Amino acid sequence: MNTTILLFLLQDGITNGAIYALLGLALVLVFAVTRVILIPQGEFVTYGALTYATLSAGQMPGTAQLAVAMGIVAFGIDLFLARKSLHAKRILRAFAVNVVFPCAILGLTCFFAGRHNTIAVNTALSLLIVAAIGLFLYRIAFQPIAHTSVLVLLIASVGCHLAMQGFGLVFFGAEGLRGPAISDAALTIGPLSFSGQSLAVYGITIAFMAGLWLFFDYTLYGKALRATAVNRLGARLVGIRTSLSGQLAFLLASVIGALSGILIVPITTLYYDTGFLIGLKGFIVAIIGGLVSYPVTAFAALGVGIVEAFSSFYASNFKEVIVFTLIIPVLVLRSLAAPEVEDEED
Amino acid sequence: MSRRFSILLFALIMAALPLIPDMPPFWIVLLDNIGLAALVAMGLVLLTGVGGLTSFGQAVFCGFGAYTTAVLTTQYGLSPWLTLPISLVVSGIAAVVLGIVTVRLSGHYLPLSTIAWGIGLYYLFSKLEFLGRNDGIGRVPPLQIGHYQMLDAGSIYYAIWFAVILSAILTLNLLDSRTGRGIRALRRGHIAAEAFGVKTGWAKLLVFIHAAVLAGLSGWLYAHFQRAVMPTPFGAQAGIEYLFIAVVGGAGYVWGGVLGAAIVVILKEVLQGYLPLIFGGQGQLEIIVFGIMLVALVQLAPGGVWPWLIGLLPFKDKVRRPDTSIALAAPARATILSGPLLRIDNARKQFGGVTAVNDVSFDVGAKEILALIGPNGAGKSTTFNLITGVLKATSGTVTFAGQPIIDAAPQAITQLGISRTFQHVKLVPDMTVLENVAIGAHLRGRSGAIASMLRLDRADEAALLAEAARQIERVGLGDQIDQLAGSLSLGQQRIVEIARALCVNPMLLLLDEPAAGLRHMEKQRLAALLRQLRDGGMSVLLVEHDMGFVMDLADRIVVLDFGTRIAEGTPKAIMSNPDVIKAYLGGAA
Amino acid sequence: MSAPLLSVSDVHISYGKVEAVRSVSLEVGANRIVTIIGANGAGKTTLLNAMMGILPMKGRVSFGGVDMTQLDIEDRVARGLSLVPEHRELFGTMSVEDNLQLGSFRIAKSIAAQSFERVYALFPRLKERRRQLAGTLSGGEQQMLAMGRALMGAPKLLMLDEPSLGLAPLIVADIFRTVGELRDAGVSVLLVEQNAKAALKIADHAYVMELGEFVLDGPAAEIATNQQVVASYLGFQHAGASQT
Repeated sequence: MNTTILLFLLQDGITNGAIYALLGLALVLVFAVTRVILIPQGEFVTYGALTYATLSAGQMPGTAQLAVAMGIVAFGIDLFLARKSLHAKRILRAFAVNVVFPCAILGLTCFFAGRHNTIAVNTALSLLIVAAIGLFLYRIAFQPIAHTSVLVLLIASVGCHLAMQGFGLVFFGAEGLRGPAISDAALTIGPLSFSGQSLAVYGITIAFMAGLWLFFDYTLYGKALRATAVNRLGARLVGIRTSLSGQLAFLLASVIGALSGILIVPITTLYYDTGFLIGLKGFIVAIIGGLVSYPVTAFAALGVGIVEAFSSFYASNFKEVIVFTLIIPVLVLRSLAAPEVEDEED
Repeated sequence: MSRRFSILLFALIMAALPLIPDMPPFWIVLLDNIGLAALVAMGLVLLTGVGGLTSFGQAVFCGFGAYTTAVLTTQYGLSPWLTLPISLVVSGIAAVVLGIVTVRLSGHYLPLSTIAWGIGLYYLFSKLEFLGRNDGIGRVPPLQIGHYQMLDAGSIYYAIWFAVILSAILTLNLLDSRTGRGIRALRRGHIAAEAFGVKTGWAKLLVFIHAAVLAGLSGWLYAHFQRAVMPTPFGAQAGIEYLFIAVVGGAGYVWGGVLGAAIVVILKEVLQGYLPLIFGGQGQLEIIVFGIMLVALVQLAPGGVWPWLIGLLPFKDKVRRPDTSIALAAPARATILSGPLLRIDNARKQFGGVTAVNDVSFDVGAKEILALIGPNGAGKSTTFNLITGVLKATSGTVTFAGQPIIDAAPQAITQLGISRTFQHVKLVPDMTVLENVAIGAHLRGRSGAIASMLRLDRADEAALLAEAARQIERVGLGDQIDQLAGSLSLGQQRIVEIARALCVNPMLLLLDEPAAGLRHMEKQRLAALLRQLRDGGMSVLLVEHDMGFVMDLADRIVVLDFGTRIAEGTPKAIMSNPDVIKAYLGGAA
Repeated sequence: MSAPLLSVSDVHISYGKVEAVRSVSLEVGANRIVTIIGANGAGKTTLLNAMMGILPMKGRVSFGGVDMTQLDIEDRVARGLSLVPEHRELFGTMSVEDNLQLGSFRIAKSIAAQSFERVYALFPRLKERRRQLAGTLSGGEQQMLAMGRALMGAPKLLMLDEPSLGLAPLIVADIFRTVGELRDAGVSVLLVEQNAKAALKIADHAYVMELGEFVLDGPAAEIATNQQVVASYLGFQHAGASQT
């Protein structure tokens, strides 16, 4: 093992770590606000990456239609739940959010698909589509059971993962895809060589983390989200609509997931089911942070990324085994730190 | 229709099915797959529904069972019948190792860990050389009895379903026993169960191992059915499907596991057949439907299909009246040489800077009812918890019959002859009154898990249940003995808790706000019962808010305010004590 | 006589089979302090929670002339009804200032600035500790913060659930004095209390609750000297209670 390889592995580890950090942050956010352990976060990564890749290849991504379908279901649920007090304003608002919005996105996608678009356009479209899916996912699968236990929410989460992964196979097929890089440049400093894409990963990750930090600490909506996470009843008592908080959290998480996918699809080939594994590693990282602490999550992410890079080099066969069994002692430690609760709720 | 008869009927029907002339072999294969899934599901419904431990990793134990027999039969030439116990033991050992780590985890960490090792072990299976990596192991020999080889689906069918029915019976036996009650208290009411001596950590591990061994059995059968073992059926997706089966069938019901397996396996076949025709194209479309169904089920029918079905059918469990003439040996008790039964001496409890209990001292004598009262926040419950061992004291002593008990564990205190009830009723709502009360006698029984499964515990059980029945009669709830505890009124539930506490055969009964939420008549009955117990030789220490109840009942009263004892005496004296009135109404009246 | 600000009629609240509150009706006029007193477990907290929309109930809740019965908590807050619950429900890991700012979530930013002024004037200690995390405040300060947060939304009626619980007598006096000041500033108060004496001293009107029902109501001064109240509190007749 010489320095070149060491540095290369480190760089590889940090790049992956940055992605895991983003995903970990998204998972912590969602859990804190909605108590949902978002297993489908991996699918947001896949959808973002493969939608982007499909658009870049000049084709129409099926995810746009999925967004519309989900919007229609969400509209139906909205109407059903408000059936006792339906009035025009309410129906119109539900219609606008759930039907007009995704249809507009579909329209845009149809317009741009098949053309040779800039990376910015493809990225923006992909993010829009996945954001819509994320929003409707909360609305359909989780908002109706928002008051149930973490366990029930976890089972629903697993169900969503299964369905979304299945759709992924239908839309994108079993073949893997790659997408165009944001930057083809390469930067060499001493023995290290950074690709433009890695730099983009670092840059965007840091920008996002900074943005989130500013949002949560300095804006009223950000504080409202945190408040919902800290004390749901207290938040409702000051007039914060907790369902809105949930939707906002899911929206953020899906955008983060999609962005992560778009960032790595130029570097790694992604298949319809790769997202699940990446998402799980984001989990490991989030759990090390106790599903609470952002800084610990970020550091854990770097750690996991580096461990993975080195395992991949030394024992590539058992890379996954190592990474996944790593989580168990962490879970034990975390669980011991958590207070004992009598499980009266089921 | 009794349970035994219905199981026999089911067994006969299942045995007859393959013999129907012109039965399409495809359906036999389907039934085989249902049986294999049912074995895993039975363990999982127990784990999830009864034990409260949601596991996504059961498929891994199938893998242990399957690979063990595959390797031993193909590479070492062992007979499958010999590898059967070995497979089960290997699954069991894997369960012990994984279980010791997993069952300690609280809340949602537990299912997450099952996902983690589920995936980790799947990758291990698919990477190990001697397991054939992704290609697996082939040419596994079939099961053989004498010269008859179970080569086709129709013959191994009997082995599979025999295993299913046997496992169901053993599991049901386990649930209907002393150990079973401990397991059934795991989800709700385990804090109370622990106070009566149930070892919840061990109970959780037991359920975990049981489920794993059933899964291992399924794996063993699978290996000799398919005659080839590959890693795919033991991965994360399979694990999730098994949980789906448990949720569909009805978590907590053994037969729910079988029903769930039937529904899901058939559904999968149907979907795999028809979905590609409707939607055209590739992909495991049925997975999408499963995913959507799981989300819908969790919202609309979280209980599963089995409980709904049972409600429709005329199944009535035989009403069981235990033979109350069977005696249960009384537990050994320390004799009091002299002095009070219970003495609290300068007990103090500090939480950080707050002194909740401030050097409180008082005695409880034999054959007396002492009430501990005081305004909200006075420290009554904290003092109570110091005596019962739930909280550790900062300083001071509590002695019972001369023995210090200040830092003893709740079980030890129970064995000395003190038992208690809880402020928020802690009964297991899904168990009958008889079964709940029998938990009180847990430490007076001896049978373990294996004995329960094999029904060798009947004598022990009869004695325990007799004692429980006697106490239920004593408190006046004889008519409700077979009702589910969750269906009783709050007043009745509190009395059930007292019956449970009486099964300990205590010298001192500790009651935490027994009158809270009771209606007038219920309070009268409770007071009469307590007086009866006192006259029979027991002492009672109760914490209460309801002044009227206390004044009529107690022999002596101790009043706390801000953690300090401000008065002690007979009800009459307390009633006119100015300090007491000041504490309650604030300021000179 | 003008219509009452808050009017609640024929309320029934059940937990499963247990009826916690039975046939309760009450009114709170503008600029008034109304108190509900009663022993532990009488159903007072349950009633307040249902009026706020936290628990389901049968009956009618009318506020400012508007029927609130079908509205969500967040909508009731927007219309000027506010609750400081028994356990305060503060955002423990956020600062005092953030807690207060979130209290003004539903109102216009322009009014919010004025609200800050008012709350800091009422509770100078909060201003001193405004960067401190809410969870690290003392019991009395947390109670003040909870009230301040509710006041930030400029409510027309403030419901207080046992504000004196667990607090030392001096602090309780402080808090009750503030409650009196609120009435003078135009905020009506519905106060639920176990500490009957202090509550009856500042209230205009009082209801006595026992086992889910109102057994007595009238002007606070009359209730304070009523024999029945003392009896219901201590569970027995006490000879010396009538001497105030």
